[in-house]
Amino acid sequence: MRGPDMDSLEISLTVNGVPVRRRVEPRQSLVDFLRYELELTGSHVGCEHGACGACTVRVDGALVRGCLMLAVQADGCRVETIEGVAGRGEIFDLQQAFAEENALQCGFCTPGMLLTAHEILRQNPRADEMEIRKALSGNYCRCTGYHAIVEAVRKVGAARSGATR
Amino acid sequence: MNRDAKSAPATVAEAESYIGTSVVRPQTKRLLAGRGVFTDDIKLPRMTHVAFLRSPHAHARIVSIDTAPAKAVPGVVAVVTGEELARVCEGWVGTLAHFAGMKSAKQYALAIGKATWQGEPVVAVVAESRAIAEDGVARVLVRWEPLPVVTDAETALDPATPVIHPDLGDNLAFKLELTSGDVDRAFREADAVYRETFWMGRHTGVTLEPRVILADFDPPEQCLTVYHSFQAPNMMQDILARHLRLPEHNVRVVCKDVGGSFGIKVHIYPDEMATCALAVMLGRPVKFLADRVESFLSDIHARDHRVTAEIGVKRDGTILGMRLDDLTGIGPYSVYPRTSAVEGNQTVRLTPSVYRFRDYAASLKVVLQNKTPMCQYRAVGHPIAFAVMEAMVDRVAREIGLDPVEVRRKNFVTRDMYPYTSPTGYFFERLSHEEALEKLLEISDYRALCAERDRLRSRGIYRGLGLCAFVELTTPGPAFYGVGGARISSQDGCTIKLEPSGKLVCMTGVTEQGQGTDTMLAQVVASAVGVPLEDVRVLTGDTLVSPYGGGTWASRGAGIGGEAALLAGKALKENILKVAAAVLACEPLDLDLRRGKIVDAATGEVRLDLAELGRIAYFRPDTLPKDFQSELAVTRHYVPRHQGFAFTNGIQLSHVEVDVDTGFVRLLGHWAVEDCGRIINPRLVDEQMRGAIAQGIGAALFEHCVYDAEGQLLNATLMDYLVPMAAEMPPIGVGHIETPTAFSEGGFKGAGEAGVAGAPGAVLNAVNDALAPFKARVTRQPITPEIVLKALGRLEER
Repeated sequence: MRGPDMDSLEISLTVNGVPVRRRVEPRQSLVDFLRYELELTGSHVGCEHGACGACTVRVDGALVRGCLMLAVQADGCRVETIEGVAGRGEIFDLQQAFAEENALQCGFCTPGMLLTAHEILRQNPRADEMEIRKALSGNYCRCTGYHAIVEAVRKVGAARSGATR
Repeated sequence: MNRDAKSAPATVAEAESYIGTSVVRPQTKRLLAGRGVFTDDIKLPRMTHVAFLRSPHAHARIVSIDTAPAKAVPGVVAVVTGEELARVCEGWVGTLAHFAGMKSAKQYALAIGKATWQGEPVVAVVAESRAIAEDGVARVLVRWEPLPVVTDAETALDPATPVIHPDLGDNLAFKLELTSGDVDRAFREADAVYRETFWMGRHTGVTLEPRVILADFDPPEQCLTVYHSFQAPNMMQDILARHLRLPEHNVRVVCKDVGGSFGIKVHIYPDEMATCALAVMLGRPVKFLADRVESFLSDIHARDHRVTAEIGVKRDGTILGMRLDDLTGIGPYSVYPRTSAVEGNQTVRLTPSVYRFRDYAASLKVVLQNKTPMCQYRAVGHPIAFAVMEAMVDRVAREIGLDPVEVRRKNFVTRDMYPYTSPTGYFFERLSHEEALEKLLEISDYRALCAERDRLRSRGIYRGLGLCAFVELTTPGPAFYGVGGARISSQDGCTIKLEPSGKLVCMTGVTEQGQGTDTMLAQVVASAVGVPLEDVRVLTGDTLVSPYGGGTWASRGAGIGGEAALLAGKALKENILKVAAAVLACEPLDLDLRRGKIVDAATGEVRLDLAELGRIAYFRPDTLPKDFQSELAVTRHYVPRHQGFAFTNGIQLSHVEVDVDTGFVRLLGHWAVEDCGRIINPRLVDEQMRGAIAQGIGAALFEHCVYDAEGQLLNATLMDYLVPMAAEMPPIGVGHIETPTAFSEGGFKGAGEAGVAGAPGAVLNAVNDALAPFKARVTRQPITPEIVLKALGRLEER
């Protein structure tokens, strides 16, 4: 049995715009790395098999499941988490709409929901209810029944597409 | 305060009430920024992690355990067996004294001698990281001797079936016979008697945040601090103190953000008790976080009933009487301390609640099995009771050729009959079945949907509409657990203190798990005291500082916590006005507190700012009369004394389309009307309804813990166990009726169970309505495509 230091690898990446260099075990998932090594606890772990979407983060601009990607695979990548995206004000309108519609209860799915919602609207701000529901279907929420989430996303989409027209 | 003072009008006309307003939850800001603090987000110095070796067998004797290879793994701190842990942590038995004859075996934090379900924790490995702890688990060597398993509830009591706990004599945990009136006579007088059997599958809570606990023990002080994703912190404090033999005031339970609970996080779990006991053993922090597979194997499961119902009716649809036979399988132990018998008990007691017939008989058997323990999940017993009752009512309508709406109208307990005691002894102060039905028909445009359904049938499109009326048990009083000997508080307290700045801090025993308890309480307190909502900060979930209470379960937050907050708020206002009168040299009665200003009660003219009052009371009491003592922190408690529960009611409608070729059920729409008494925040109630409806729909169509004959859970992942996702769910319309309870000043009742109580029955009835042209009928839940196709005769019954 080798100790963790012996088989760890060094990785360099940018997380929320900050350069990060760490030695990690090859088996560590990206979300565990973000949560436990960097203490960015906004991304959550719900299922560890890619079904629930609570660990959603952005890697080089694309949404990924933080539980299905290893930290070592993010070597050289640009990773953005809810802390970074929200901190920059990029999803201010979505956050506000989620609060107003009460589109969250316990808040555990919320970071993943917000990142996914933002991506849905980036691809199609005019997405209708059914399109939003389908696109949100990789994100599990046990509290809301999704109704308010869909409403919030739809309203922000309408506002964003109105603004870009 | 200066800014407020400048912009404030010279007079304040009336006190502002936030009760009944959909204010936005302030704490969502944190959650929306990824800055929530869930238990796994907490990290302590010298923290360790525990992983458990869990039984791979549903029933097996533990022949031997070799922990040496695990202990040799670098980074492993300790490897502990059941016998070793039992020296620190005493076992428990999950029975209630008022459930006559109830029995269960003693359960330990880690299995001793044998394991009784697949997933029971057997050996604990504590290490510097969770990954190393899992490495250690993989190296523990256990020799098993598999034993015959008991899985089928139907045969659990047969003489040929092995007895899981030989000391108990048999596998019967609890039985109950209820009779009211004379069902035999009612059935003799009936024009028709219909009989049907329902199988309501086992499912589970699937909180998105798995169960998690972090225990920190300080040996010199003998103090245990536990961070816990939990609903009842004082209950946990009491249990930890007693089972770990610590002074109660040395045990502190802190519940930060909780990522979903729904009744799953209100029970005593062996792995969580083990985690706390390990912290005491090791004198350093230990964290346990269930992974998703562990959640499926070890979170409590729910329901699992076989119910046979018989209903006797007149030709005009009048219900004369009903007989019910409920068999419930609960796994190998009744879960401590609430017990697994409450689910069946509530099922058989709730069933007749909505209707006026008096002749009722029910038989309940609660049996042990080698499956994950089953216990109380959101809307305990309700969804089974009302799915069965309402399916029988629809059956009556269909058989006799009556309108389902008219059959309900004819049999409802009507507004002139309240107060009303049900045949099973539940007291209903005043419910609103008729009003709720009318409102539901209106908001759903029911008649238009019926016309559309009928029109589409000729084109081969099979849609159905299903109603489900229900009552909801909320705000439980002391007769619920207290009389049974469970140390679960039915009272709750609220402390409010005025800060020198004029702001309020409110501490309460009820807890926040996403319902918006914090917001609801802030609304009540701000309204009662007379301050702006943003001047109230609410703190929940810390046993060291909050008044003793029961926490949040059985929809008790508003009815009990809200009432305590109202009483405390009024008392604080009184005390503030006494201070103001001392400052202003007048009578308290001449003054009022409105929007944070002391005003002249008659004219509304501003006399004193609350911050100025705070400054004087705390820093310059020398300027007040010598014999005057201000009291600017008050505590009030509330326990519902006048009725066992503040029952509420409601009704739901489901609209579905069934594909008769594939058996798939598509949800087209869902509507609910509920009456939770005086509403504090309508939007929060709407979302309680919608979230709960999704759980009920999950039970009706998707969720099922599937076991094989050996007691192996076959679908313990979110890839295999289906939960409703956004695309499966329809939009959900919600309407409200308000019938405040007269037994409390606030008139608040609970709202959290209603959605689950009605949704499965509504979906079941809707599917059967869609299948009616084929004379087909389903009575199994979840209603999978396989069940539908079998009912249609398009798939062979096995």
